[in-house]
Amino acid sequence: MRAQPETLADWKAAPAPFDVWRIRQDFPILKQKVHGKPLVYLDNAATSQKPEFVIEAFLRYYTTENSNVHRGVHALSEQATADYENARSKMQRFLNAASEREIIFVRGTTEGINLVAQTWGRQNVGRGDEIVITAMEHHSNIVPWQMLCEEKGAKLRVAPINDAGELILDEYEKLLGPRTKLVSIAHVSNALGTVNPVRRLIEMARRTGAVVLIDGAQAVPHLKVDVQALDCDFYVLSGHKLYGPTGIGVLYGKAKLLDAMPPYQGGGDMISSVTFEKTTYNHIPYKFEAGTPDIGGVIGLGAAIDYVSGIGLGVISAYEQDLLTYATEAVSTIPGLRLIGTAKEKASVLSFVLGGVHPHDVGTILDQEGIAIRTGHHCAQPVMQRFGVPATSRASLAFYNTREEIDALAAGIQKVKKVFG
Amino acid sequence: MSDLRQLYQEVILDHNKKPRNFHKMEDANRHAEGYNPLCGDKITVYLKLEDGVVKDISFEGSGCAISTASASMMTAALKGKTTAEAEALFEKFHRMLTGRPDAGGADLGKLAVFSGVCEFPIRVKCATLAWHTVHAALEGAGEPVSTE
Repeated sequence: MRAQPETLADWKAAPAPFDVWRIRQDFPILKQKVHGKPLVYLDNAATSQKPEFVIEAFLRYYTTENSNVHRGVHALSEQATADYENARSKMQRFLNAASEREIIFVRGTTEGINLVAQTWGRQNVGRGDEIVITAMEHHSNIVPWQMLCEEKGAKLRVAPINDAGELILDEYEKLLGPRTKLVSIAHVSNALGTVNPVRRLIEMARRTGAVVLIDGAQAVPHLKVDVQALDCDFYVLSGHKLYGPTGIGVLYGKAKLLDAMPPYQGGGDMISSVTFEKTTYNHIPYKFEAGTPDIGGVIGLGAAIDYVSGIGLGVISAYEQDLLTYATEAVSTIPGLRLIGTAKEKASVLSFVLGGVHPHDVGTILDQEGIAIRTGHHCAQPVMQRFGVPATSRASLAFYNTREEIDALAAGIQKVKKVFG
Repeated sequence: MSDLRQLYQEVILDHNKKPRNFHKMEDANRHAEGYNPLCGDKITVYLKLEDGVVKDISFEGSGCAISTASASMMTAALKGKTTAEAEALFEKFHRMLTGRPDAGGADLGKLAVFSGVCEFPIRVKCATLAWHTVHAALEGAGEPVSTE
């Protein structure tokens, strides 16, 4: 097994032809016009666009197979169950998990983190214990831990970041101690684009015996993830950021941890037997999948994995890195523009502030040019506070974006400057 | 581009760059805070009410061009108005922005430049934030105003 690459330089693909214009044909929404201009979709960190392949898989499920899974003996149910479980296997291989049982389908990254906080967290975190997160986290990787700490009388400790948006490793290390029960860190920051050296951070956390959760929402669309090589205890992701449908996500957990955790939601499917006197629970992964799942969503996610694997994440990473470099150079020469998030290792995200113009106004003017970016605090208010800004404008790239689109972004920013004098 | 010109008119850009009555009021007898959590627009409105008249009004805060210009023009419009006149103006402004303008009643005067905002529904909250905040200040409500 290849050692997990630590830097993005390691992910540079072997030369493989990447025809972005042909790839774009796979994404029907990209043909649209917005305010009479071609759509330039640069809001991929918020959600990704879906290839026809994924949309068709979703529709095909509803047109030919729709049936509840796990419970029926009729043909449709068998087919739906097979496809549902097949998607689970695809996800296992995608993350290189040791077993399919370690793949739990949830609504998204947020639900995945809440699941861990409310089951593993409630069971293992007590008064005076500590949870370590970082200053660059998304609210979904802050609030569940705040809620747990308040409930249990535990302490939340925050590892600081430097002015480039990188984790300060010495300060992170100082926070780890005998009372550290859990460490929860973003693989890639949604507001800053910083790629954290997660394998190293996990090794450091291991020395204290802490359990580690990695928030991979912004990582899996852009780089290859191997959960065994990382040796994280939990890894969470969202399907809709990975070119799949909304409403579906994955919690990966090591089998021995998941087995020991109490269930999350009670109901059908997560049980083994039910009487009014006593109920016993199902084994994993089903213990954590109560009720009818988002079957269409799971199948769509399986198709998304097939699509992305067909191109190859190495190829995707290399293309996106090139584009991010191009984009960074294109906008950083604009007078009055300050980049927020200038880590040495970054993926996809270009956050900036433009002197004298509120991001909201930047976003509205760019929208009139057909350009979709995101403006605001990006569910990372502490990050905004750290950099002393109320909000940023954020462009975020995917492998169907082009240099021409970056040129349009730069021209759009110039237009903003013109409007505001 | 014509849509954008409707939104970012000269008057609005001017009020954004040089907002009027943009300061804290030490001897205010009413004040209220407003916040738009979606974009981070924040405003505090200060009032000096005497005998039911807005003797003085000012504001502080940070926000987008629409919210800043709206607050600035609002303070200019409300100075010297009675509370009843201020509330009537608030109603009329709000109706204009939500696409339900009515004929008659208080004339909006310069505030009519914001009529373009109703073509940009997401930005309506930016324009109304200051007004909701001053409405809260007039009512004497204690809680900060949020657009959500």
